[in-house]
Amino acid sequence: MQLFDIVFFVFAFMTVASAFIVVFSKNMIYSAFALLFTFFGVAGLYVLLQADFLAVTQILIYVGGILVLLLFGVMLTNKVINVELKGGSMNTIPALMLVAVVAGTLGGLFYSTWKGTPAPAATTLATTTKTLGEMLMTGYLLPFEIASVILLVALIGAAMFARKKSKPAQS
Amino acid sequence: MESFVTEIVAWLPHVGLSHFLIVSALLFALGIYGIATRRNAIMVLMGIELVLNAANINFIAFSHYGKNFDGQVAAIFVIILAAAEAAIALAIVLNIYHRFQTVNIDEVSTLKE
Repeated sequence: MQLFDIVFFVFAFMTVASAFIVVFSKNMIYSAFALLFTFFGVAGLYVLLQADFLAVTQILIYVGGILVLLLFGVMLTNKVINVELKGGSMNTIPALMLVAVVAGTLGGLFYSTWKGTPAPAATTLATTTKTLGEMLMTGYLLPFEIASVILLVALIGAAMFARKKSKPAQS
Repeated sequence: MESFVTEIVAWLPHVGLSHFLIVSALLFALGIYGIATRRNAIMVLMGIELVLNAANINFIAFSHYGKNFDGQVAAIFVIILAAAEAAIALAIVLNIYHRFQTVNIDEVSTLKE
């Protein structure tokens, strides 16, 4: 067992265990904070896969943006003072069966198909940022521009949705 | 059965592509469970984030073991769309809360008051 394997198991355990807490915790605040550890664990897995730019992006956007948004959502949509922040569950038995089937199928498929994949030849650890930037500006230019338009539309749409309804001006 | 167990034990310590894929499969299944069972709309959103992260791990694992950067670019687009989706969904959830005073998705079942 090499150092790489040990680090992988640390991050994999962190990711899956905190994802368990996210899904099964009764308290929504605990779920949100467990989601923080899931995102950090996934970022660690990205580093192990030599995707340094994506690891940093994961921390910036998921932890800094999406998780804060979700926490705002938890806080704003519950009466914090007198009601405990609880979200109940429903349909647990059929969902457990469905999930067992999905996890078994996917896991078995992945294991039987790719268990012997050779590791890529050791390369010099170059940063991926330059390559990614060049790809975004050449082969992926159209999706990149469409993504920017989508972000603009999402920005305006979210601002319009969340705004308080103002009364129409008296004329 | 015995041989299968010894095979697993021999496979487990040598981390390769399949290990990453199985972590992502577990994450995906947990996310699906969260989407299917939680009553609160924000918990459903957290389940969706888990599913998107599982997909991203797959993209990057195949990108690394296949010596190809296309997977990483796809992962960037997934992250962009996740950010847009979270913002829009939170705005909708806030509107639902203002109208119905609850965000439990099984109580919000009318199109119009």
